[in-house]
Amino acid sequence: MSTGDGTTPARTSGAPASGPAQGEGARTATLGPRRTPGLVPVTETMRTAERRPAGPGNEPANGPAERAVPEPARTTAVGAFLRLLGSELGLTFRRPRNLVMLAVLAVVPVIVGVALRLFGSGDGEMGGIVQNVVGNSLMLTFVSFSFLVLLLMPVAVSVVAGDSIAGEAGSGTLRYLLAAPAGRTRLLAVKYLNAALYSYAVTAVVALSALATGLILFPAGDVTLLSGTTISLGEGLLRIAVAVGYVGAAMAALAAVALTLSVFTEVAIGAIAGTMVLVIVCQVLRAIPELSAITPYLLPTRFMDFDAVLRSPIDTAALRDGLLTFGAYIVLSGSIAWARFSGKDITS
Amino acid sequence: MTVVTQEAGAPFGAAPPSGDAAIRTRGLTKRFRGGQVAVDTLDLSVPRGSVFGFLGPNGSGKTTTIRMLLGLVTPTAGDYSVLGLPQARALPKVGAVVEGPAFYPYLSGSANLARFDAADPTAPRGTAARRVADALDRVGLSAAAGKRYRNYSLGMRQRLAIAAALLGPRELLVLDEPTNGLDPQGTREVRALVKEIAAEGTTVFVSSHLLAEVEQMCTHAAIMRTGRLVAQGTIASLSAGLAARIRVETPDAAGAARVLAGLGLPDVRAGEREVTAELGGHAPEEVNAALVGEGVAVRGLAVVRPSLEDVFVGLTGEGFDVDG
Ligand SMILES: Nc1ncnc2c1ncn2[C@@H]1O[C@H](COP(=O)(O)OP(=O)(O)O)[C@@H](O)[C@H]1O
Ligand SMILES: [Mg+2]
Repeated sequence: MSTGDGTTPARTSGAPASGPAQGEGARTATLGPRRTPGLVPVTETMRTAERRPAGPGNEPANGPAERAVPEPARTTAVGAFLRLLGSELGLTFRRPRNLVMLAVLAVVPVIVGVALRLFGSGDGEMGGIVQNVVGNSLMLTFVSFSFLVLLLMPVAVSVVAGDSIAGEAGSGTLRYLLAAPAGRTRLLAVKYLNAALYSYAVTAVVALSALATGLILFPAGDVTLLSGTTISLGEGLLRIAVAVGYVGAAMAALAAVALTLSVFTEVAIGAIAGTMVLVIVCQVLRAIPELSAITPYLLPTRFMDFDAVLRSPIDTAALRDGLLTFGAYIVLSGSIAWARFSGKDITS
Repeated sequence: MTVVTQEAGAPFGAAPPSGDAAIRTRGLTKRFRGGQVAVDTLDLSVPRGSVFGFLGPNGSGKTTTIRMLLGLVTPTAGDYSVLGLPQARALPKVGAVVEGPAFYPYLSGSANLARFDAADPTAPRGTAARRVADALDRVGLSAAAGKRYRNYSLGMRQRLAIAAALLGPRELLVLDEPTNGLDPQGTREVRALVKEIAAEGTTVFVSSHLLAEVEQMCTHAAIMRTGRLVAQGTIASLSAGLAARIRVETPDAAGAARVLAGLGLPDVRAGEREVTAELGGHAPEEVNAALVGEGVAVRGLAVVRPSLEDVFVGLTGEGFDVDG
């Protein structure tokens, strides 16, 4: 230490930490069981137990009679991680905004189902898939996905994932989480898992709502696929499960992109809007024939590929390519987010 | 001068000196993008058990220093050590309020505390509810525990931030301007709380731009000015370099000045109705006796101890910026 040089007059305290400030009788000595009258420190038990070697003349008033704080099963790293994840999920799934988005997504299949029931039964002008829905309850799930997967579901996912870091930065809670210390990598992992779970919740809500609506409004039974093959109801449900897994992964990949943008800004709405702009720009690029070479690498291109489960047999190659794309996006975005977040100055 | 830049958070030295300093920085520097040097080669040493006032006008680099100590901002150069431990092990023992309270407006006070407790990987889940209740009780917020943060007053928010800093057993409490925006009553409460916490042996590092506050609350202080450390030490030692002055109120200023000069007091300054001089080694009663002996009428006599403001002015040649 060179506190005595230059700018600093040689006044670095030589006084031991426990010494009372010299010449200042009225000033409170720093150690010793002194109390502010009337203020009983509630956490005294814990404090004194923690602070054994605090120095001589510092016996706690009630001595060892105070029961030692029962050390509950040692806080493990995994336990602590799950606790933070639980806290995060609690925030996400109790927040009215996020619940409203889930509710809206649940309502859409009902509207679609009712509309098809009312108007879809006449002439077959609306095409094969509508005929399929009218003919079979399970088909409503796929129709609902195809309505929602390109815009409304991405909106819900972007809101949660885009808000995740930027929202905390903007409100200042990020500095307190990190000082707790949440750990940057740990917090980022929790934030991403939370967003991924919300992605699956979005997907499951759409599927369940569509399934329930379909079963109420349309006949259940064997399912006729796009190719004309017929499968059993049980097999149909299984294929819905596969589609949910696939679409959930697609949304989780989008969540990774939104989370990455979220790391780069303190304005949540910026990250959310940025993600939506990317989604829409990708849709536009897909429509340009000259760019067909790059479309396979754009995330939204793969969103619709859940219809692979409607082939006979299931088009596993399409599913595999889609999942690989999602994985690549998750790994790439995650790395960028981590690289930025782990070294970022938190000045909000 | 050699500056060792280390990864943020690593304590310097192979075996950090245990026990003597709660905070130690060496050449700590932060230059923000854009060139602004917020903290400039700061050498700070905060003894364990002290109530350490980190004093400086607005913009002098206090918050930036605290952010570096908490691992929120990476230093450009220099190193630091908190409690002599690696960052991840030190921070659970540090409670902090940085630049005012920040909570989730749609959560209650206790839900907010539970949230931050969940972020601390060392905090046992089993005792969380009790610790949250204790911390709220400690700052007098038990009655408002279930109320949404959105509906808290500024004073309640500030107290909730202090409660969050008291969620676990802490060895060090870092409070960045904890009385900002509080009314006099709230300020007194915070001061009492700080004293009480310090009495339990917790080191308290409290930043402030209010000189009087630090003088009242702290055992030690460091004074910052535009990112640089101006002085540090015990409050007593800081003002020790400045002589105490004697002030004599008298209708006969010229006569009094003559007597004081005759006694050999340095720096005699005569005003219209009063005379001041450095006391030197003289006892005030001795001065009084000399004045009366010479027939100078004394209406009032006081010894003026130098304040931290005088220290600041003496060291920098400028007034301490007291804008809000
Ligand atoms: N993120 C930032 N980017 C650029 N300059 C900053 C940033 N944060 C703080 N500063 C500057 O650093 C200086 C010190 O700020 P700060 O540490 O907040 O001072 P204090 O807490 O003593 O009021 C100020 O001049 C401020 O403008
Ligand atoms: Mg500040």
